[in-house]
Amino acid sequence: MKILLQQLVIGISIGSIYALIASGYALVYSLLDFSNWAHGEVCMLGAYCCFMAVKVAQFPFWLSCVLGVGGAVAVSLFNERFTYRRIRSNGSPNMFLMIAAMGLSTTYQNLATVIWGGKFKQMPKVFSKSSLNVGGVFIGTTDLLCLALTVIVLVILLLIINKTRFGLHVRAVACAGRTAGILGVRIDRVIALVFMLAGALAGLAGILYGMKYNVYPTMGNVGLKAFIASVIGGLGSVPGAIVGAVLLGLIETVASGYISSGLRDLISFSLLILILLVRPAGLMGVDVQDKA
Amino acid sequence: MLNAFQEGVVVVVCVNLIAVLGMSVLTGFTRLFSFGNAGFMSIGAYTAAICSVQLRLPFPLAVLCGAAMAGFIAFLLGSLTIRLRGDYFLISCLGFGECVRVLFNYTKGLTGGANGYSGIPYRTTAAVAFFCAVLAFVIAWNFIHSKYGQSLSAIRENEVAAAANGIDVVRCKKMSFVFSAIYAGWAGGLYAHYLRHITPALFNLGKSSELIITTVLGGLGSLTGSVLGTLVVQLLPEFFRGLAEYRMLFYGIAVVLVILVRPAGLYGYREFSITGAVRFVRRLGKGDGQDG
Repeated sequence: MKILLQQLVIGISIGSIYALIASGYALVYSLLDFSNWAHGEVCMLGAYCCFMAVKVAQFPFWLSCVLGVGGAVAVSLFNERFTYRRIRSNGSPNMFLMIAAMGLSTTYQNLATVIWGGKFKQMPKVFSKSSLNVGGVFIGTTDLLCLALTVIVLVILLLIINKTRFGLHVRAVACAGRTAGILGVRIDRVIALVFMLAGALAGLAGILYGMKYNVYPTMGNVGLKAFIASVIGGLGSVPGAIVGAVLLGLIETVASGYISSGLRDLISFSLLILILLVRPAGLMGVDVQDKA
Repeated sequence: MLNAFQEGVVVVVCVNLIAVLGMSVLTGFTRLFSFGNAGFMSIGAYTAAICSVQLRLPFPLAVLCGAAMAGFIAFLLGSLTIRLRGDYFLISCLGFGECVRVLFNYTKGLTGGANGYSGIPYRTTAAVAFFCAVLAFVIAWNFIHSKYGQSLSAIRENEVAAAANGIDVVRCKKMSFVFSAIYAGWAGGLYAHYLRHITPALFNLGKSSELIITTVLGGLGSLTGSVLGTLVVQLLPEFFRGLAEYRMLFYGIAVVLVILVRPAGLYGYREFSITGAVRFVRRLGKGDGQDG
């Protein structure tokens, strides 16, 4: 029982990192109807920015985190301004956005390998590796910090989307882009801001992931997990993405704890297909028209 | 006639061409994205390898078994997932491909696990590969210009209208899915008999996205474009062998640039008029005549 509880805590903490990335996916998807495959790499570059700031420039850790998030925001905005916006204005079909994102993803991954090498880099141990003992269940401080930070950030995100004027604009563009434009919403500006928001979330996720594990060029593959999470939750739905992410984290840890860590991905992917068969538009998604 | 290096290049180009042609029929003509075709390649490769090593079947029969197995699995998977829309279908294929990879890693007794399956006889010479590629192109060309191919184009342009005109949309989509899987399995079987040692990691997500990128770069809905795309994607890196470290970086940048500059792919997908394509094939035919 205690082992199960411990697995659940670890699962939720991993799921919370997935949730940060997945909600960025969902935001972009809700506006532009495409899967931003380069999102995981934004996360990776954010982690590297933070790592460089703290290790090479010797900045204090909080400043490095801000710089890491800032770097991720800049990369995300760069992608939007110089790639996605141009493709949108070309009048190309939507799928080209996805292909371009795949190209960007390859580019960034190999750029990181060329600059920093393929080796694993360790983030500084800012927080003690100690764990809290809650009734026999050990909870790592990093896990707890991840969870707390993520919950705060995601609550703020949901408030921004549901309560502010900017959030209203985002929902309007997601609902009917052209109509929103006619009614005076500056669509390109909203999209750019959403990309910056998604970048900030990804940067934070990258730093947390780097602290939990390591920083390495292919760590952007965690973006794939987040993509799966947002599909489980229903594409384009931020609350769905969060639910899907926590669910995926739980399934992964329980599967690797109780069955086999080698079969972890097999089980989570099979469950993914099963969920889609039962609910073809994800857990919280509305039935979408053909997006392709 | 050819040295080992040239022979290798010819085989790799031809094998990839077969897989890309399958992809082109699926993605170019029905707008379904499959991120699982590396999984079908893997199934084809392992089935063919096991058939020729353990069952001692002759080479053509072994490759045929591989292709048939891939097609059969695609039929089963397609029966379940083909009704999913857009990115949901994409992610279910992606999950399937990863499942296959993890499963082959896990079944050590049958497939040798992560160390791979070795001792496959060398059968795929340049001549065999070239013959297969030409055959694959002719079959795909006839398929696309048959009644079924026309139905597929109709589905791509407007699914609802196609259904209203009496086209069985689900059946046609499933058929093109099975078609692409058979091609992938065929390519996989040939590849196994060229490499003589295959590992599950050869057929990862990167391979699937390479197939998709090649198809899109060549131009969707154009088989001749797929040939051109394969030549570019497979041959260009050979010229940059010396810059091994930067190879994938340039590849990523090139993908983004092509999408930005030539949004319709190298051989535009709008001008797939038969006369133009025939003229293109004739030009290609003359080029081939000089080489052979």
